[in-house]
Amino acid sequence: MTRYLACALYMILLYGFIFLPVGVLVLFSFQDGRFPIPPFQGFSLRWHQEVLGDGDLMAALGNSLLVAVASSLVALTLGFLAARAFATARLPGVTALRGALMAPLSVSYLVIGLGLLASFNLMGLSKSLWTVAAGHVVINTPLCFAICAAALGEAQVSAERAARDLGAGEFRVMTLVTAPMILPALIAAFLLSVTFSWDEFIIAFLLSRFDVTLPVEIWSLLRSGLNPKTNAIGSLVFLVSALAILSFELTLARRK
Amino acid sequence: MSQRASIETRATRRAWWLAAPALIWTLAFFILPFGTMAVLSLWQRTDVGLEATWDLGNYANFLANPAYIQALTNSLEITVTVTILSVLLAYPLAWIIAEEIPERFRRLALALAVIPFWTSYVVRSYAWSLVLAKSGVLNDWLGAVGLGPLDLANSRAATVIGFTHFFTMLLTLSIYASLVQMPPNLRRAAADLGAGAFATFRLIVLPLTLPGVMVGAFLTFALCIGDYVTPQILGGGNDLALPQLIMLQIGRRADLPMAAALSIILMLAVTLAYLGMARWMKVVR
Repeated sequence: MTRYLACALYMILLYGFIFLPVGVLVLFSFQDGRFPIPPFQGFSLRWHQEVLGDGDLMAALGNSLLVAVASSLVALTLGFLAARAFATARLPGVTALRGALMAPLSVSYLVIGLGLLASFNLMGLSKSLWTVAAGHVVINTPLCFAICAAALGEAQVSAERAARDLGAGEFRVMTLVTAPMILPALIAAFLLSVTFSWDEFIIAFLLSRFDVTLPVEIWSLLRSGLNPKTNAIGSLVFLVSALAILSFELTLARRK
Repeated sequence: MSQRASIETRATRRAWWLAAPALIWTLAFFILPFGTMAVLSLWQRTDVGLEATWDLGNYANFLANPAYIQALTNSLEITVTVTILSVLLAYPLAWIIAEEIPERFRRLALALAVIPFWTSYVVRSYAWSLVLAKSGVLNDWLGAVGLGPLDLANSRAATVIGFTHFFTMLLTLSIYASLVQMPPNLRRAAADLGAGAFATFRLIVLPLTLPGVMVGAFLTFALCIGDYVTPQILGGGNDLALPQLIMLQIGRRADLPMAAALSIILMLAVTLAYLGMARWMKVVR
């Protein structure tokens, strides 16, 4: 009984700690007053309305979605193709190649962003949403590769072999046999990439200039101090991520 | 035999074509930029622009400047504190989820424990600054029970709290994963042989889950020491962490070579932590 109580108490405390900032964020986005701090003065939607009417924020939101979807599609394609290569043939130096593909996962985003910034500077390439997307492909390709590689097994390889024996070309094997067989993994990898790109700040901050993504726009809002409007846009961003993750979970759950 | 060989050659050639896009992308946008940065760290920023001096001047500057060394020390102190705190908070939670609550609630409990993990990290740090502000929620509660107020805004404590929150969730996931992988028979055998709950934990459970804990702790270390956002929003500008110092170089001073050198030093710290962990894992095995 004591053991049960101790566990319950610990869970309540830890879940409280984990949910405290999100709870405060969302609650005070409905604050009917100028500051997102206690006391809570009443329920109002005016900050949410203000966010939806803010042209800069909405443009940034559009940019973020665009960068997230485009970079994730590229990352998924690169990761899927590479995973197939490793699953179907023994390449010389396979460990080194796999290591090179996975390496970006172990390097701080700040360092990846700085490296790209320095290279683009030296090449005289100007910063834009394209450069941000290129950076996001770098961080998401290893994830997509790992998820696809885990999903590709003997079953896929022999089905591919059968399709090839029956005369299917490489492209048809890939699109009509392999991809449908591991569709849940592909969707999961895509959604995870979208979430990472959607949330990513430092690479987007370093590599963008006039058109910015949402986290960068929120960053510049922070300079105005504590403001319920920031709470409102923050809650909105959280909602989008939570929905993406929920679909990710459901995709994986249906697979079982 | 020769036909078999030709099929294999064809398969290998096809595999190269498939792997090429990802490899080329990684080379162009990751390996080359990294090399560029390593080269740049050997150059100097002068009044006219960048000068290829090919010396270790930036590294010498780092070692000679106490403020720079202090930033590295700050980062290491924050990161080690956060890693230890997060492991200590996450292990019991992962244990309770994996062992103590009914099986059908497990997935839900785990999913709940990591939902805020997916808040954008800029927003998450902002949310903590709301909680910890001078007239924020925490001080409101403390005031209600006659304590406080605590002045946590723009302090190292705030940075540590913000980081610990995030990494407790990450470590709960990774420790949970290693707890459920553990074969239940081992614990049953230990109990049969007369080991008490504590002895079973110390001699069976802990050694078996320690590799998972170490991998999670390394991940925490690597992500924590490289993060700019959390110390910038929660810690403020006085007690600088290394990533803040790096961003200062490219912001106000436009000193890309120094920023590159500091980034290499940052990567060196992460590499040393990795080697330490790898070595420890080898010893344990």
